[in-house]
Parts: sequence; C-alpha cells; structure tokens
Amino acid sequence: MQELDIAGLGSVRVTRKDNNVVVIEKGLATDQMVLAMGPQHPSTHGVLKLECLTDGEVITEAEPYLGYLHRCFEKYCENVDYPAIVPYTDRMDYLSGMNSEFAYAITVEKLLDIEIPRRVEFIRVIVAELNRIASHLVAIGTYGIDLGAFTPFLFCFRDREHILSLLEWASGARMLYNYIWIGGLSQDIPADFTKRVKEFVDYFRPQAKELYRLLTENEIFIKRTIGIGIMPADVAINYGWSGPMLRGSGVKWDLRRNDPYSVYPELDFKVCVPDGRHSEIGDCLSRHLVRALEIDESLNIIEQCISKMPSAEGFDPKAAIPKRIRPKAGEVYGRAENPRGELGFYIQSDGKSTKPLRCKARSSCFVNLSAMKDLSKGQLIPDLVAIIGSIDIVLGEVDR
Amino acid sequence: MAEGTVISQSVKESAAAYAIIREQFGSAVSEFDGNATMPFFEVLDASLWQDIALFMRDHAKLKFNYMACLSGVDYFPEEKLGIVCNLESLGALGHRLAVKVSCPRSGGAIPTVSCVWHTANWHEREAYDMFGIDFTGHPDFRRILCPDDWEGFPLRKDYKVQESYHGIKVPY
Repeated sequence: MQELDIAGLGSVRVTRKDNNVVVIEKGLATDQMVLAMGPQHPSTHGVLKLECLTDGEVITEAEPYLGYLHRCFEKYCENVDYPAIVPYTDRMDYLSGMNSEFAYAITVEKLLDIEIPRRVEFIRVIVAELNRIASHLVAIGTYGIDLGAFTPFLFCFRDREHILSLLEWASGARMLYNYIWIGGLSQDIPADFTKRVKEFVDYFRPQAKELYRLLTENEIFIKRTIGIGIMPADVAINYGWSGPMLRGSGVKWDLRRNDPYSVYPELDFKVCVPDGRHSEIGDCLSRHLVRALEIDESLNIIEQCISKMPSAEGFDPKAAIPKRIRPKAGEVYGRAENPRGELGFYIQSDGKSTKPLRCKARSSCFVNLSAMKDLSKGQLIPDLVAIIGSIDIVLGEVDR
Repeated sequence: MAEGTVISQSVKESAAAYAIIREQFGSAVSEFDGNATMPFFEVLDASLWQDIALFMRDHAKLKFNYMACLSGVDYFPEEKLGIVCNLESLGALGHRLAVKVSCPRSGGAIPTVSCVWHTANWHEREAYDMFGIDFTGHPDFRRILCPDDWEGFPLRKDYKVQESYHGIKVPY
C-alpha cells in the first residue's frame, strides 16, 4: 500500500494487484478549513476574532486576535493627572466599573501611604460587591444565551437593573461611575441608601435561588458544560489565571482573603470552589458554579458592611483626598479581586510630576483569554462557544 | 500600626527569597531593594534571565509559580528599555518578589520566559507591541494590540505618531 498524488483525484491510497494500480481509499486527507469566528459574532461577547482551523466539526487550533477595542489606556495615563485616570478605569471593564476604580484607588493610596476613613472603606466595599453581583448576573445570563437558554437572561437583567438604579442613585451614572476617588469618594451615599440596599438584598436572595434552579440545575445546560474545557489547577496557575476561573479549577485563591485590602479582613465570607460533586473540577460548569455561588457570598458581605458601617455624622468623603497628588518617587504593584479575576496596576512615579511615568493595567480577562489556544484544541465548535462564554471576557478590559 | 507590620513581614519574606537567588547567581543579580510598595531586584546579566526564572519557579524554597504581571518600561533619558515582572508563590509559600530586566534601547534583546510561565507569552507580545523590546526565543512573536503594519512603538517616550494609516489621517 502506498500513497500517490493522482491528478484529478488528489491524494489517494493505492495498492497493486497483478501490476494494476487499485485505488482503495480516496480523499482521506480532508482539507482543514479556516473558519473566522468574529469580530462580529454574538458568542464572542464583543469584538474578539477567533481564527479556527477546523477539521470537520473538530477544532484543530483556535488563535485569538485582539485589539479591536484598543483605546490606548496606558498612553492616556502618562498624559493626565492621577485623579483623571479614574474615569478611564471605568471604561476598561465596563460591567464592573466600581471594582476597577477600587483597584486603581488602592494602588495609588499604597504609593501615597495615606489613611482612609472607615466609612469610606465600607461604602467602597458595598458598591463594589453590588457591582460584582451585577457583573456576575450579566456573565450568567449571557452564558445561558450562548447555550440556548433565553429565559435566565431576562431574569438576570431584570435584577441587574435594580443594582444599576442603586448605583446610579449613589454616583449619578449607570455604568461609568467615577465614584471611588483616590483617598475618598466623589460624594457620600444618599440618606436612605443602606435601607434600600437592605431591601434589595432581601428581595434578591430568593431570586438568586430561583435563577440557580432555572439554569444551574437545568439538564440541557449541564450537559453542554460538564467535562468541557477542563483546565488542571497547576496549568491554570502557570497561565496566570485568577478569580472565578482559577477557583473553578479548585484553587482556593481570592485576593480579598489571600492579599487582603480595605476592610475585607473584618468580614466573614466563604471562598467558593467547586466540590466535584456537581461538576468535573476545572470544567466550564465549575466556573459557572463559582460565579453562581459567589453571588450569595457578596450578599453576605453587603449585609455585614451595612451593620458595621460607622454613622454619617461629621463625615466628609473628601477629607482624606490630597489637594495635589504627587507621590514620592517609586513603584507600586497594587491589585484587587475583580469579578473576572485579579486586576492589577503597576505604577511608576518619578516624584516630581503629577502624572504617572508609567501605568500598566494587568487585565484579568487578557490573561484568562491567553489560555484559549490550549483550551480549544480538539473541541467541537459548539463546545468552543461554551468555553468562550465560561471565560467571561469583557473586551474593553482585554484590549484596554 | 497593624498594617505597617504586615507590610514589613512580606518584605522580609521577599528578602529571604532573594537571598537564595543571590547565593546561586552571585553578581548576575543586583542588590535587593526592600522598599515597602514593591520589593525588587534587578537581573544585571540579561542572558541569564531564563535560568534565573526557571530557578525561581522550580527551587523548593522559592516556588514562584505565578506571574502576576509583566510590564514593559522605557527608561527614557538612559538608553535602556526594560521589563518588570511581579512574581508570586501562589498557594505554596505565599511570598512575592518583583524582578527587573533591561536591555539597550537599540539592538538589545531579552530572553523570553514564556516557556517558564505561560502568562509571559501574551505579556511579552504586548511589551514588544508597545515598546519594541525584542524577546529572543519567543514562540509566537508578533504584535498583539496594534495592527501588524503599524509603525513605531506607541509607549516609547520619543514616539511620534504616523501621519496616515492606509489613507486614514491618524493624529486626531
């Protein structure tokens, strides 16, 4: 048996019988097809392009192409003062602006070495956790849509609307808040804010359970996600994964617990990891489960903050804000737990200027997405959709 | 102040980790800078960077298994470009340490560490995209955020933006 290339037939396998060439198999080596998914594709959650090399329905290789939403965040930072960077951080991860502002603010505060009023810290944690719930609701809802479940999406967006209204009431904006400033807040929370938040928490707890039953215990959803895109813990760490992605692989790692900042050490909450009873550890379902469980923990944190928060008497949210922010020469790497993982800022100050010499944003989605090539190898195209959805990317943060 | 003691404790751990590296590589690494915000050391002989990285990842008392961040830096008045890597022993020993590596501004190169930490793969591509740092041995060395045919490296301090890109006026 040998392989020949016969004009008109392509590559064929032949055998010889009585001096005659007998074709036994034809067209075995099927051509691999390049399939471009995106940048305008609903399941890529934004302007991400995946160039897939497919063999039939199986993906041999998927190469991500980024940069369609690149807005030169780091170049801007070198040209504006420290406080003026805060609004730009909102626009990186636009689904969790509060968390991005929080990460940036604590980084610069570390460099300035200033003390923050306790009430400010609690308000920051409340708004950040509210925003984390809103962000997880989008992640869960759109993930359902990716896999064909439309109803959970409507439930998620209905409840997210309540959170956005609360945050709008506090900051004046629905998504791009500019609320957490370096050293303080742009304004105090409205008088009845904590009461309304408490009402929301009471309203939302049963809704979260219903959502859990509707999607996470849905058999079709489970079959689409269980055992798909498994990432072992050590490889996940080597890829630099963080947040729900890393916890989905069974690593109990949460910056709120392991590198604590703000008032998180005083709060009692669980770091959610899958226990392996409902999912295979490290698969798409595990990552989804972590997000679903974290919503409950965020609700717990909010309740604790409301009860522990000092009263508003004589409170000035701008008391600790420096008149002129000019840190001493030095470098800092600060980070915080975002809904998508570790958001870090590396800031270099020359000690003379009111603008940073260098400000690098370490984006969690950017790092999480870099494992895409490894995760997608050998998967089916519909499973690729499940994998992209489970990474929960926001392209604004990937491309910055 | 309680927070002050926490910070100095983590700097102490970083210093202990540095001592092991210093013992192995001697004068190839600089003195330890134990500042409170980001303790670091510099790699003076860039050609050893890959060995140092592997040593830091695999040594039983170091176990820096997690690269949090890799940032390109332009030290403009000096004729140098560099990278800053924030490393951490995640889940194992818990210590953190930053490493700086630099190379000459023109014609210099830094060995890649994407074979040591996968995280470095895309971050090094980004550092090349923004600063034009050459990473020798990188498996997939191209731009990542800017288009492939973009001219110049935007985050260099002496960057001049190109006049037009495919007939589109660039300066806004």
